[in-house]
Amino acid sequence: MSTFPIESQKTAQIRFTLNGEKVDVSFAPYKTLLEVLREDLGHTGTKHGCELGECGACAVLLDGKPVLSCLVVALECSGREVLTVEGLSGDGRLHPLQDAFADLGAAQCGYCTPGILVTAKALLDANPHPNRDQIREALSGNLCRCTGYLQIFEAVEAAMVKIAEEGSGRSGVR
Amino acid sequence: MAEQKQEQKSSRPADAKPDREGLRVIGVPRRRVDGRAKVTGQTRFADDIFLPRMAHCKLLRSPHPHARIRKIDASRALAHSGVYLVLTGRDLPIQYGILPVSQDEQALCLDHVRHVGDPVAAVIAREELTAFEALDLIDVDYEILPTIADPEEALATPEPRIHEYGEEGNIHKQVSLEFGDVEQGFSEADEIFEDTFFYQGNTHLAIEQHATVAIKDPDGKLTVWSSTQTPHYLHRALAKVLEMPPAHIRVIATPNGGGFGGKSDPFNHEIVVAKAALLLDRPVKICLTREEVFYCHRGRHPVLMKFKTGVKKDGTITGVHLQTVIDGGAYGSYGVASTYYAGALQTTTYHIPRYRYQGCRTFTNKPPCGPKRGHGTPQPRFGQEVQLDKIAEKLRIDPAELRLRIVEAPNTVTANFLRLGTVNLTRCIQRVVEISDWKTKFRKLPEGRGVGLACSAYLTGAGLPIYWNKMPHSGVQLKFDRGGGVSIFCGATEIGQGSDDVLAGIVAEVLGIDPFDVRLFTGDTDLGPVDLGSYSSRVTLMAGNAAIQAAERGKALLAEAVALKLEVPKERLHFAARRVFDSTTPDKGVSFAEAICLAEARFGTIGTVGSYTPPKSPALYKGGGVGPSPTYSYSAAVIEVEVNPITGWVHIPRVWIAHDIGRALNPTLVRGQVEGSVYMGLGEALMEEQEFRRLPKRLSHSLVHKFPSMLEYKSPTSLDMPEVVTELVEDPDPRGPFGAKEVGQGPLLPIMPAVANAVYDAVGVRIDEVPITPEKVMKALAEKKAGREPRFGPHHFPHVKWPEALRVPPPWEGGDGNAVNDFHRDKPCTTKQKVLTP
Repeated sequence: MSTFPIESQKTAQIRFTLNGEKVDVSFAPYKTLLEVLREDLGHTGTKHGCELGECGACAVLLDGKPVLSCLVVALECSGREVLTVEGLSGDGRLHPLQDAFADLGAAQCGYCTPGILVTAKALLDANPHPNRDQIREALSGNLCRCTGYLQIFEAVEAAMVKIAEEGSGRSGVR
Repeated sequence: MAEQKQEQKSSRPADAKPDREGLRVIGVPRRRVDGRAKVTGQTRFADDIFLPRMAHCKLLRSPHPHARIRKIDASRALAHSGVYLVLTGRDLPIQYGILPVSQDEQALCLDHVRHVGDPVAAVIAREELTAFEALDLIDVDYEILPTIADPEEALATPEPRIHEYGEEGNIHKQVSLEFGDVEQGFSEADEIFEDTFFYQGNTHLAIEQHATVAIKDPDGKLTVWSSTQTPHYLHRALAKVLEMPPAHIRVIATPNGGGFGGKSDPFNHEIVVAKAALLLDRPVKICLTREEVFYCHRGRHPVLMKFKTGVKKDGTITGVHLQTVIDGGAYGSYGVASTYYAGALQTTTYHIPRYRYQGCRTFTNKPPCGPKRGHGTPQPRFGQEVQLDKIAEKLRIDPAELRLRIVEAPNTVTANFLRLGTVNLTRCIQRVVEISDWKTKFRKLPEGRGVGLACSAYLTGAGLPIYWNKMPHSGVQLKFDRGGGVSIFCGATEIGQGSDDVLAGIVAEVLGIDPFDVRLFTGDTDLGPVDLGSYSSRVTLMAGNAAIQAAERGKALLAEAVALKLEVPKERLHFAARRVFDSTTPDKGVSFAEAICLAEARFGTIGTVGSYTPPKSPALYKGGGVGPSPTYSYSAAVIEVEVNPITGWVHIPRVWIAHDIGRALNPTLVRGQVEGSVYMGLGEALMEEQEFRRLPKRLSHSLVHKFPSMLEYKSPTSLDMPEVVTELVEDPDPRGPFGAKEVGQGPLLPIMPAVANAVYDAVGVRIDEVPITPEKVMKALAEKKAGREPRFGPHHFPHVKWPEALRVPPPWEGGDGNAVNDFHRDKPCTTKQKVLTP
């Protein structure tokens, strides 16, 4: 390990869009996006399960694409758009995915839920009517130990119908 | 209040049409009360707690599987900038452990490390990375000792002892129990079957790593937030090790990001940060890395087992003799209980008139095993159900038919004195046979495709507490607010299994209000009365019954006050849709909130309590403390497999499972528990292994975990999970709240044997070992091709010097639950004996 003591040298600073709002944050340069979100921006909705990009609990959307925030260096996010679970709901209403997950048993302990919700949102944004195999594929990087995944598939399918009905394809980001 | 309207819309409004028994909330698929928090990321897990001036702790863990600590020099670490404190074994010498009979752990090893990952020192620093860095500045002088890798080595190497207690040498616990004359049973049998099975260890792999935050609160008392399944037991362990009155310690169990039994011991890291917080008078947090979680373990015990079973031609069982050799790992944990559990539930599914169980748990230099979902019963269940498949084939009886003939009767007291409740196993088998088209598939599918059937039973909560006492196992306090809201205070701990939702659903049903009107304060040792914790599937039944009692008591007070107001006999009053009204003239009534005000005016402040203590167990012999339960759930599963004869790959397209639930309090959540159990069972059946290997001699030749990372430790993804057809058999059991029985663990048990039996049906090879990996299937297929026994599994069972068996005549031989040769005690024991286990 390095010889010189690592103080918390908050020398790095970036500005980026977090859940639709501009944020400025300073942090120790070595930090990952996950650490900055949780420790420097107080957004603890995004979780960690393995520190090695193996479990998917830290998934967030970076410019609309799911990434493992524990593998993203925060400095890389300057000027870009990040969406976390905190940004899914808007104007007092939950996103259809959140409603469906809560109603249909797709969240039991809830620890993997944030990563799965944003990943599912990216899926529906790209493909409003995925079949079950496509849902399985999209979520195969998000491990869950409680549900056995089936109620998660059903919740995504229910949300898909709801979004189509609403026609607005309401996305969380203003 | 737009938000609340929306909430109520999704959880069926309280004034909905009651179902056949007049229930509006119970039995209705509902959004779980903690659902909104979980889908918005607002649920506060332990690592989400950030406090001002919070310091970070990291543990220095032994790289050696077995060593003595000669000296620890932490001076360089202490001098490192940003380091506040370094703790070692001397600072926390008092031993603790979940079971009173095996208090063998220390927060930091004083002088003896027993597995790779055993903590020897703790660094507390301003930042986590600084603490992490300072670990390398601690110099530990280890004296390497020979390591023991598995039970056979442990049996053969009494010295050096991993622990100074236990039976002898490196044998931790031995059990030998005989219920009736088994040899007589074998002599009456037409056929005798002897089979050996091996069940490899595996781990819980909860996605949330263990995390704890401790503070000396403003009043100078200790508060600990921790991801724990058993705040009450952690509370007791902290009081013991820190030598503090429990009244000055508060444990708050944060919602577990998955527990599965992996967070039900008091842990080193919890005790260390508590001590550090007291010393530094500032908040201290620790969060384990994934690798550290593998070293915490407390997962599935690897078990080598030998079943000898005598049967008549018609399948009737005349006698069973089960022997198990159990790899306990480096510490006791729940191990004594696990050893008894490995022999306890065999008698709960099929009638076994004569039964001998011998179990032996040894220490090994590996992370300690403990309770994982099913706690000690999935392993022998695998052996029993696969052997039954072999018996059915030999006797030429359909496996389902064979089981239907020997299912145990309801309310029976079994040979080992477990009193059963409702037993709907027959119904489960019939239903699962029907919905899976079993009869058209079994031994009829083309080569490479097959179906397998297996059953199981599981307890609805351990009948005895972990430490001997006569107090209730669960308590609930209710506060009735003039605004019509009800607050529930209870120690029950939400680990994802839905205990909060059970409590809110039950209280709302009894009081005729909506679950959204209920507020929960659970898992906090200061706020709620004691609940022993989330283990052994006990919470729904025990906390649920306590909640019913508290709610009924409150209801009686409200009814009395309203009866006076309306001048109506209180027996005619009905509570529904947030109203209390005369059932003969429903318009005549008051709102629930008014009812509370009337009661307050009449009786003063309204607050009620309820509690639950399981019935006394008829099992009075030493060791009879493991297995009793208020009632038992039953499951039957059929699994279809496709086996690739070239690669040995086992693909599972579909699972059918019927579960005897008593009553589904919230069907959405019950189905989730069944599917979650099937998922975890498939992981164990096909891929999961807590595997170890020795490093090459030229390195340290030490025993290390093969792959302590989530990528190499294989667990099923969304691509692996088959479709599951779940059927809930509902026959309410009077012992459960609204008739409910357990569902969190039972449905896992039949999955592994059903997969093994299906593989045999598909390609005619027996894999008598878990996990059933492609490599083992290929080897068995090669044996088959070579004309040898088409099987992969253990061929040998070690010689074990079993103690003299404790003889307990079964009920049908006039037994009274005591042992006849009870050399452990001078007189037959009438009250419960000392060793109690979950």
